[in-house]
Amino acid sequence: MKAADFLYERPASLGDALALLADADRDAAPLAGGQSLMPMMNFRLAAPGMLVDLSGLDALRGITLEDGALRIGAMTRYVELTGSDLVSDHAPLIAQALPHIAHAAVRNRGTIGGSVALADPAAEMPALLLALDAVITVQSEEGSKDHAANDFFLGMYETALEPGELVTAITIPPRGDRRFAFYELARRHGDYAMAGVALSCATDRTDHRVAYFSIADRALRATAVEAVLDAGGAVDDAIAALEGLPFSGDLNASDATKKHLSGIVLKRALGGL
Amino acid sequence: MSDSKMISVTVNGETTTAAVPVRQNLVDFLRNTMGLTGSHVGCEHGVCGACTLEVDGAMVRGCLMLAVQADGTQVTTIEGYGDRAAALRDAFTARNALQCGYCTPGMLASAVEYIEGGGAADRAAIREHLSGNYCRCTGYQSIVDAVCDVIDGASA
Repeated sequence: MKAADFLYERPASLGDALALLADADRDAAPLAGGQSLMPMMNFRLAAPGMLVDLSGLDALRGITLEDGALRIGAMTRYVELTGSDLVSDHAPLIAQALPHIAHAAVRNRGTIGGSVALADPAAEMPALLLALDAVITVQSEEGSKDHAANDFFLGMYETALEPGELVTAITIPPRGDRRFAFYELARRHGDYAMAGVALSCATDRTDHRVAYFSIADRALRATAVEAVLDAGGAVDDAIAALEGLPFSGDLNASDATKKHLSGIVLKRALGGL
Repeated sequence: MSDSKMISVTVNGETTTAAVPVRQNLVDFLRNTMGLTGSHVGCEHGVCGACTLEVDGAMVRGCLMLAVQADGTQVTTIEGYGDRAAALRDAFTARNALQCGYCTPGMLASAVEYIEGGGAADRAAIREHLSGNYCRCTGYQSIVDAVCDVIDGASA
């Protein structure tokens, strides 16, 4: 299907982009890589009045290390993360997950900021940022503010972003001596997972962060599972602690199947720690 | 009434200036305005890979990119690959890797990127790289065979 009609602008500065996004009458949506937004528009699930193409904003692109923290501009494409030594050294969890994030042609254009801002419940990046305790920087004409990933993903395609705000950067704290694991089950390599999990824990196997995607209306942490693992509990006990999560089925799998698969991906991810 | 913008895009080495409706995707522009019907339109939501083509040296989904976004870029469609895809074309023919042919332009675009990127004749890696391209005839074995042949120099 084709997208409904809209207006299109490609501003040359962040200020111009924010001004366009701030004007409520325009009903403008930012266009980053378009790899999730365009399908939604082609399905007519989204019909913004205007697309504000961010591709001219080089200031939103790039990967840098600042005081041990990895800062990734929102318009940085997945393919750039894939080729980055900074990412593999400082955020190996992201490096590990990248081959599973969509397909090569999609990674050539898809951006980290676009994925975070859209908050697709089946996307990997929100869960990765939860597991990494990342910070999401957003900007509007009023200024910029930081959100902990923990407080950012509120529901299906719903985030703490307010009208007129744009995700500009992701900051991942120094990795320290933590270990990471990632596992997802998908029908076809690169497709949205039926269930997936991102794990981070201290080398002494305390202080786990367990973040799931594609099992509920949003990426979320399984804090009850984390508590079991922090206490040195067995894998089966950790799986039992999945009980309270708000599983929700989709076209591929029922909520009961999602729950079952969540245990499997947890077991396999823990095996890879 | 659709808003339109002027774009200047170099397609297969030739620069064209055209007014495009901003809601038109790149593959529709190439097929309907440029008459380059090699890139196919399949699912139109980025799943099937039939519209895969090259923009500024990287393969993209032609259905997930607007024509207006191609302003100032170099686009290569299956019609423009020339010698870059010659060995693959031969190998696809030799291996019977094109059946109905619908997915073939996208498969070739993806395979060219894999081979030119220094990809190895590793079946799992080839499958992963081509995973975004559906073959509804399920000719995957032969397609991977053909890509391996080219990398091994068997069809050179």
